[in-house]
Amino acid sequence: MSEQPIELDEIMNAQFIKHETDVLIIGAGGAGMRAAISAFDSGSSVTLLSKSLLGKAHTVMAEGGIAAALANVDSKDSWETHFADTMEEGVYISNYRMAELLAKEAPDRVRELEEYGALFDRTPEGTIMQRAFGAHTYRRLCHVGDRTGLEIIKTLEDQILHRDIKFFDEMYVTKLLKDGNRVAGAIGLKLNTGEFYLFMSKAVIIATGGCGRIYKVTSNSWESTGDGLGLAYEAGAELMDMEMIQFHPTGMVYPPGVKGLLVTEGVRGEGGILLNSKGERFMQQYSPKKMELDARDIVARANYAEIMAGRGTPHGGVYLDITHKGSDFIKKKLPSMYKQFLDFAGVDITKEKMEVAPTVHYQMGGIKVDPETTATNVPGLFASGEVASGLHGANRLGGNSLADILVFGKRSGDGASSFSKTVSLGNFAESDVIREIERVKSLTNSNGTNPYDIGASLEENMSDNVGIIRNEEALKKALKVILDLKEDSKTAAVQGGLKYNKGLLQALELPSMLTASEAIVRGALQRKESRGAHARSDFPKKNPDMRKNIIYKKGEDGMKLEWREVPKIPDELKKIVPQEVY
Amino acid sequence: MDTVKVSVFRRDPAVEKEGKYVDYDVPREDGMVVLDAMKYIERHLDPSMSLRWNCSAGKCGSCSAEINHKPSLMCKTRVDSLKGDKIKVAPMAAFPLIKDVVTDVSENWALLKKIPKFTPKEGLEKPWRISQVDIERSKEFKKCIECFLCQDVCHVIRDHSTDYFGPRHVVKAASLDMHPLDTLNRSEFMNKDAGLGYCNITKCCSEVCPEEIHITDNAIIPEKERAVNISYDPIAMFLRSRKQRRAKA
Repeated sequence: MSEQPIELDEIMNAQFIKHETDVLIIGAGGAGMRAAISAFDSGSSVTLLSKSLLGKAHTVMAEGGIAAALANVDSKDSWETHFADTMEEGVYISNYRMAELLAKEAPDRVRELEEYGALFDRTPEGTIMQRAFGAHTYRRLCHVGDRTGLEIIKTLEDQILHRDIKFFDEMYVTKLLKDGNRVAGAIGLKLNTGEFYLFMSKAVIIATGGCGRIYKVTSNSWESTGDGLGLAYEAGAELMDMEMIQFHPTGMVYPPGVKGLLVTEGVRGEGGILLNSKGERFMQQYSPKKMELDARDIVARANYAEIMAGRGTPHGGVYLDITHKGSDFIKKKLPSMYKQFLDFAGVDITKEKMEVAPTVHYQMGGIKVDPETTATNVPGLFASGEVASGLHGANRLGGNSLADILVFGKRSGDGASSFSKTVSLGNFAESDVIREIERVKSLTNSNGTNPYDIGASLEENMSDNVGIIRNEEALKKALKVILDLKEDSKTAAVQGGLKYNKGLLQALELPSMLTASEAIVRGALQRKESRGAHARSDFPKKNPDMRKNIIYKKGEDGMKLEWREVPKIPDELKKIVPQEVY
Repeated sequence: MDTVKVSVFRRDPAVEKEGKYVDYDVPREDGMVVLDAMKYIERHLDPSMSLRWNCSAGKCGSCSAEINHKPSLMCKTRVDSLKGDKIKVAPMAAFPLIKDVVTDVSENWALLKKIPKFTPKEGLEKPWRISQVDIERSKEFKKCIECFLCQDVCHVIRDHSTDYFGPRHVVKAASLDMHPLDTLNRSEFMNKDAGLGYCNITKCCSEVCPEEIHITDNAIIPEKERAVNISYDPIAMFLRSRKQRRAKA
């Protein structure tokens, strides 16, 4: 008698809610939201999913601005210069067409955002103000003080809410579903209710952001666990340039709770200087011409070198000083930095120097996409924003990520919408759906390895062995740890049920985090040179034979890597870009 | 080891009629905030405790709760700033409980949908020209991170069932109304349909705002006054009636 209710209960729990849509968008940061708007405006029904609450995505953390060659401040700026800066910063392995589209279309996307209601800072003439940023030839970053990301998110959120776009927040997608070759849906767990959803869609856009949380010291928010990388990889999509992880030169070092939190490049853009514990402006040695505003990899490695040489601050950083600009200027231009240091560290940056050190910031690599439509190699699957690759090559310019999410977010919405008009909804076996639901449920209410412990070991391993300067020995060690953790993760389980169980969520995130980590390490081992963000102490020079992309794909017996030629740049674009020097 | 005692409200409304406070001892760390302590509990002491957080940097507004009875962001509340022998962490009382300290704030999206959207003047020459002075007023309201602490502290929302949308939504309306190129006036809507009249200006919302927006002085009072001016201003009434006559003619 007593067994029957349990069985009944199980059948009830196995149920799921079915939801049909033309375009399904996984991720509601800047790219996902911008994609939702364009897919909807192209006449498709749109469903937007987000792991966090609506409007909380990692985009809100973006501070400095959107790179767009409006030429409002420096009239000599043009798309050509922006294009050339992007290609050079990417150390010649970027997809030229993506860089071209970005440079040409970013100004329109910025003006469109303004027409959606965003209010940018202004020049005396009343046009959009632009600030200097590292390795940009001209002052190019359109900004809203130092809270540009928040303005983007709230503006796009407003547009989403006033369109008939269905959204589910606190929804975690555990698997993409395929009908034959084509991706045609997804299974999600609604975190705040514990209910399962089956999404059936004609096209799917992945816009889940990066994987920064696989590192211990990172500027990335809670969400950035590489979820979309894992989903796409398992569905057969190619990844590219995964070994390229950007370290931002300036993250907070104190107090421990905010270690890694970003200190915007805007501080240096507005005149901030870097000093070591001896009070020396050390960038004079590393980059006498561009100084603090050289490319991020160069400034980050300089900071790292000073700290390693024993010229660091009490909390293990270097000093960033902007006090010479005066209190009024700082509070006006960098209001949230002022507040951030005052609130968290008890430091008044108008009077005292900040302590900063490199922090993991961005993945240049990700899902390989077609520049025009952001389609992946899997039919029906699209990707845009940080989770996609190609635009930034071996290193990303500051401000190009916000331009990226707007330009390619729109393109993926358009691309997925057009695709959705050529197909009908797919078919799946209900047993496949049930099997996935059972898998998720089996992780709950049981004893197993604590998923947080696996996550913490992974973070430590990545920070210790796959950091800002890499070498073969440490990378091999890292790979072994990752493969061991992959085994451990098979036994991960948590107490508690399906509803708002963050331990369960961590268990679900682990496979994607491990896939991202494995790709980074395998790629870093394969790339026996130093290029852009990827620096090897055992191969400190750039190698012309490796001016190629590394492609990662799921094979029958594990991850497969292959070198692939960078798309050949047409002559009329080639002459704009400075020649590569070895 | 030096520890901090944290007393956390626990309840799953699906299975428990009443909640209880459970005490945890968390190792004290230099510069620690309440969210650090809560993360420690989640990871090491009781993974079944539900906790919502995202940026942990005061930029996203996810980790709202009542800390020692005061609506606060967990990520911005320093442990060493709190008095007493233990820290009490409870969910926001103005919202339906999901579990433990996590609440359902989704009604706010439904309210935001109702506020008329940004509607710029038509036929403006592009690119738009706006002076820096004119964006400053709206800019204050655009700092809002939607943590909904102002909604939580508002006694109109907590204690009375009215149609008042709440402070966050007045701030939203004000940010649009004060956009230099917007053509609508939302104050009438806010007073008639969004229950702004129920607000009796106790300023509690301004006190809890982590972004230090002067919600009452700069958003609520102007929105109240402008509605009054439109409804009772004799000159405005005259102009309106003339406009209506012209429209008829």
